[in-house]
Amino acid sequence: MSKSTLRGAFTGRILELAKQDKDIFTLATDSRGSVTLGDFAKELPGQFVECGIAEQDAVGIAAGLANAGLKPFVCGPACFFSMRSAEQVKVDVAYSHMNVKIIGVSGGVSYGALGSTHHSTQDIALMRAIPDLEVYLPSDAVQMKALTDYLASSAKPAFVRVGRGAVEDIYPEGTAFTPGKAVKLRSGSDAAIIACGETVCQATAAAELLSQKGISVSVYDMFTIKPMDVDAVLEAAKTGFVLTAEEHSVYGGLGGAVSEILSQKAPTRMRILGLKDEKLYTGTSAEVFAHYGLDAQGIARSLLEGLKA
Amino acid sequence: MDIESLKRKAALLRADAVTMVHDASTGHTGGDMSAADIVTALYYDVLRVYPENAKAPDRDRFFLSKGHSCEIYYAALADRGFFPKEELKTFSMAGSRIIGHPNNAVPGVEVCTGALGHGLPVAVGAALGAKRLGKSYRVYVLMGDGEQAEGSVWEAAMAAANYKLDNLYAIVDRNGLQISGSTEDVMALDDLGAKYRAFGWDVDTCDGNDMAALINYFHSPKTEGKPHCLIARTVKGKGLPFAENQAAWHHKVPNDGQLAEAYEALGVKGASFK
Repeated sequence: MSKSTLRGAFTGRILELAKQDKDIFTLATDSRGSVTLGDFAKELPGQFVECGIAEQDAVGIAAGLANAGLKPFVCGPACFFSMRSAEQVKVDVAYSHMNVKIIGVSGGVSYGALGSTHHSTQDIALMRAIPDLEVYLPSDAVQMKALTDYLASSAKPAFVRVGRGAVEDIYPEGTAFTPGKAVKLRSGSDAAIIACGETVCQATAAAELLSQKGISVSVYDMFTIKPMDVDAVLEAAKTGFVLTAEEHSVYGGLGGAVSEILSQKAPTRMRILGLKDEKLYTGTSAEVFAHYGLDAQGIARSLLEGLKA
Repeated sequence: MDIESLKRKAALLRADAVTMVHDASTGHTGGDMSAADIVTALYYDVLRVYPENAKAPDRDRFFLSKGHSCEIYYAALADRGFFPKEELKTFSMAGSRIIGHPNNAVPGVEVCTGALGHGLPVAVGAALGAKRLGKSYRVYVLMGDGEQAEGSVWEAAMAAANYKLDNLYAIVDRNGLQISGSTEDVMALDDLGAKYRAFGWDVDTCDGNDMAALINYFHSPKTEGKPHCLIARTVKGKGLPFAENQAAWHHKVPNDGQLAEAYEALGVKGASFK
């Protein structure tokens, strides 16, 4: 199976779109390298804005560009855009209804051993609590490309988090996605896993491991954190046990969102799998996933424990 | 409008603003009054804005970064016809869109402001957008002086100079007082003009409560290739004898007697919207 980076899928597609639509701008915070916006900056310098290492300013400038009638995409590390400039996202973008897209790259624990200064493991909690801000965590490059098309055509503010490394392709080229509609990747009757971003491929691998043990598990790709697919969550609950898996704090993220729905609409046994509320263990992304049980084996193990509990 | 008419307009807007604060029992009197002449100069002489078509693409942009001075801003917008004056009566009432910081659900308000240090970055974006789009509109942003302690102001100050935004005018309402006292005691600012100059701006100062001086500033030729900063020296509470130069009037509410005193000092009979 081939692998691709989501940031590359985004920058490749946004460059194509921006050549057709001169109102599409990208902004970087000395981050054109890490975002892979180098080609965009070279080919469309009039539609590229370097903001320097100043995330608050970058988001404010993007809101101003939107006020001028443009379609800005602010791009840089998710850790800084979700926290350093959180107030600008809240006030200048969402509260003011400005057509600004925030593309947070190298999210979650992508930066591995660089430590928690560079991890964005509270971004889902922060961003989804902001009214009128859509939040997406795409799971593969095909989905990211489709999402880029959607974002370029939508006037709604949005925050998107992608990782850094190449991830396995999940979807065939050209697959269509609908915001607010999760993708059911696998049908099962014993339990359901709801995942987002880089835990999706781990979840499908976990379901495969479990099927070898005779346990039948549904898997949902909840790339659309907000708007969330409530129907898919309720459908997952019909299995009687829901496990959420996310590259995020166990507080306030995907698990929090799913439990908000289920606790009020269909109380269901759940397990929230994510990063513990502690000074995080560091290592490569894969090592951190394994440490916290977010890899396929860990997800399968947690699901079995949850079913037995 | 001639200078005398502009002065009269400023007095009427001051009366409207202080009445809104009085009636709602909430608001920011001091900064409304210090900024009143600047807002009047902009909305009745300088800005190319279109009340009937508030979102006209080529309109000049105005951002009230010191969003707490919203009463004087709403009063000017209503008087210019962006929304019915009657609506000023709903200021800060439950469910009203005329709330205690600028709300862009109100026609004429570009973005929601009120969290300090946000206006200049947004103004930089709007000015850069004009440059990139080849549009001739200008961008004006009014900041407080206490607000200058926000780091995001200086991020934007760097960007404005970097992009040579000579279509950008940043006005600092330099009344010298913030909620806790003198700006120089809370977080020393001077020499503020030298700071902007060092950041690459074209800097002027004037008496920000002198209408003729303000009009002269906005109409005088400016340096090309640099953003423009006006340090407008003002008096907090200007025009209200009981409030002038008193930090406590940052967000103090006038009582009935003080409202009457305000009308008398301003030479008006009352609020225009009542």
